[in-house]
Amino acid sequence: MHTESTNTELVLIGGSAGSLQVILEMIKNISEKLNFPIILVLHRKAHSTNILQTLLQQFISTEVVEIDDKTDIRKNKIYIVPADYHLLFENKKTMSLDSSEKMNYSRPSIDVTFKSAAEVYGKTLVGILLSGANADGVEGLAYIKKNNGKVWIQDPETAEVDYMPKHAVEEVKYDLLIKPDNLADYINQL
Amino acid sequence: MLEPSIIKDEEVEYLIKDVYELYGYDFSQYSRASFKRRINRICLIERFTSFAELRYTIINEPEYLKRFVEEVTVNVTEMFRDPYFFKGLREKILPQLGTYPLIRIWVAGCSTGEEAYSIAILLKEANLYHKSLIYGTDLNPSVLETARAGVFPLQQMKLYSENYMLSGGKKDFSDYYTANYDSAKFDKSLQEKLILSTHNLVSDSSFNSFQLIVCRNVLIYFDRGLQERVFRLFDNSLENLGFLALGAKETIRFSKLDKNFHQVDDQRIWKKIDHN
Repeated sequence: MHTESTNTELVLIGGSAGSLQVILEMIKNISEKLNFPIILVLHRKAHSTNILQTLLQQFISTEVVEIDDKTDIRKNKIYIVPADYHLLFENKKTMSLDSSEKMNYSRPSIDVTFKSAAEVYGKTLVGILLSGANADGVEGLAYIKKNNGKVWIQDPETAEVDYMPKHAVEEVKYDLLIKPDNLADYINQL
Repeated sequence: MLEPSIIKDEEVEYLIKDVYELYGYDFSQYSRASFKRRINRICLIERFTSFAELRYTIINEPEYLKRFVEEVTVNVTEMFRDPYFFKGLREKILPQLGTYPLIRIWVAGCSTGEEAYSIAILLKEANLYHKSLIYGTDLNPSVLETARAGVFPLQQMKLYSENYMLSGGKKDFSDYYTANYDSAKFDKSLQEKLILSTHNLVSDSSFNSFQLIVCRNVLIYFDRGLQERVFRLFDNSLENLGFLALGAKETIRFSKLDKNFHQVDDQRIWKKIDHN
């Protein structure tokens, strides 16, 4: 793979149906000394509580945080976008929440966050799209690529629901296809 | 599909300056990430293909401004949105407010009024409505007209009814409205204690004192400086031991006024505690 070495400042992971297992597998093997934050944008029910935060925190000593409005972004933390909000980036230090119209029938929308991050982080961003049953995230990945960020997609063959990664593979120029059992390794090497 | 990126960062600043100088609306402390999306969205809806076109319309068509303000602000709301928040109000806060002879509640940034109506329903069911006044304010006159009409899309009633039940509502939600073709008109009595008026959190001052201020999913659109101003305004408008309720992911934790407030519920409700 031909890549110039760029410092990664943010890893963004988007997923929908079938992505939770992949996230759990990743969390168990991820380094606890990452030089960047990881932010998870997962489709969830509107009224879900912070159960996801509690679940993920069981497997890792790195702090897992459900994002409040105007939360500072710190490296070596794992952030979860709360249900029923879009996540936007003011700059590389501050995140804002937004409760405007759903996008692709989704709030949070992966596209919305991917696009906002692409504009702020440019080539220092890695965007990863996992298993899912709708096309949310595909357009966002294209923005990340356009802004010279890295695009990773879950190998559709390994996805519980392949609609989302399949569309992404067809429509976006990607850097890497990842599998559930090697995602953590690739992130650790960034 | 995502909104296009028509407007550049510096153009957003020109637009904010124009709107302030010509019309007095100050958006300079709105969170840029969201505000920029809204402006690009307006370009998409109105089919403006360039910044120049949008700017020309705003400068030369004063009657367009009303629509601009309506679209640039987010007016997405629901009745009993976050039902567990309303359950908290119902079970923990209203019984405490019941001890006052007159209950004054301010719903700041009430948009089309769904939360104000939800609170009216809670007060009715707690037998407190007769001695309550609900002030609903928004910077945007046109959304207040919708609130005043009390007519909401019928297709939303299924969701609102589910929310209402999750909030601890025991009645049949449809008792509160009359269905008519595709709309639901809410009972006139829910408006009797509702006072609606324009108020801009950016520039207007305190206008009364309250025992409860509800301001949910409004502060997320403001930068920290403006949030601080609004917290001061709320602090000045709350009686001692009064309550402040914010959106599910909003917090007073980052503010200097944090020390005047004590969080009473995991549903983002704080109680004002006077240290004097």
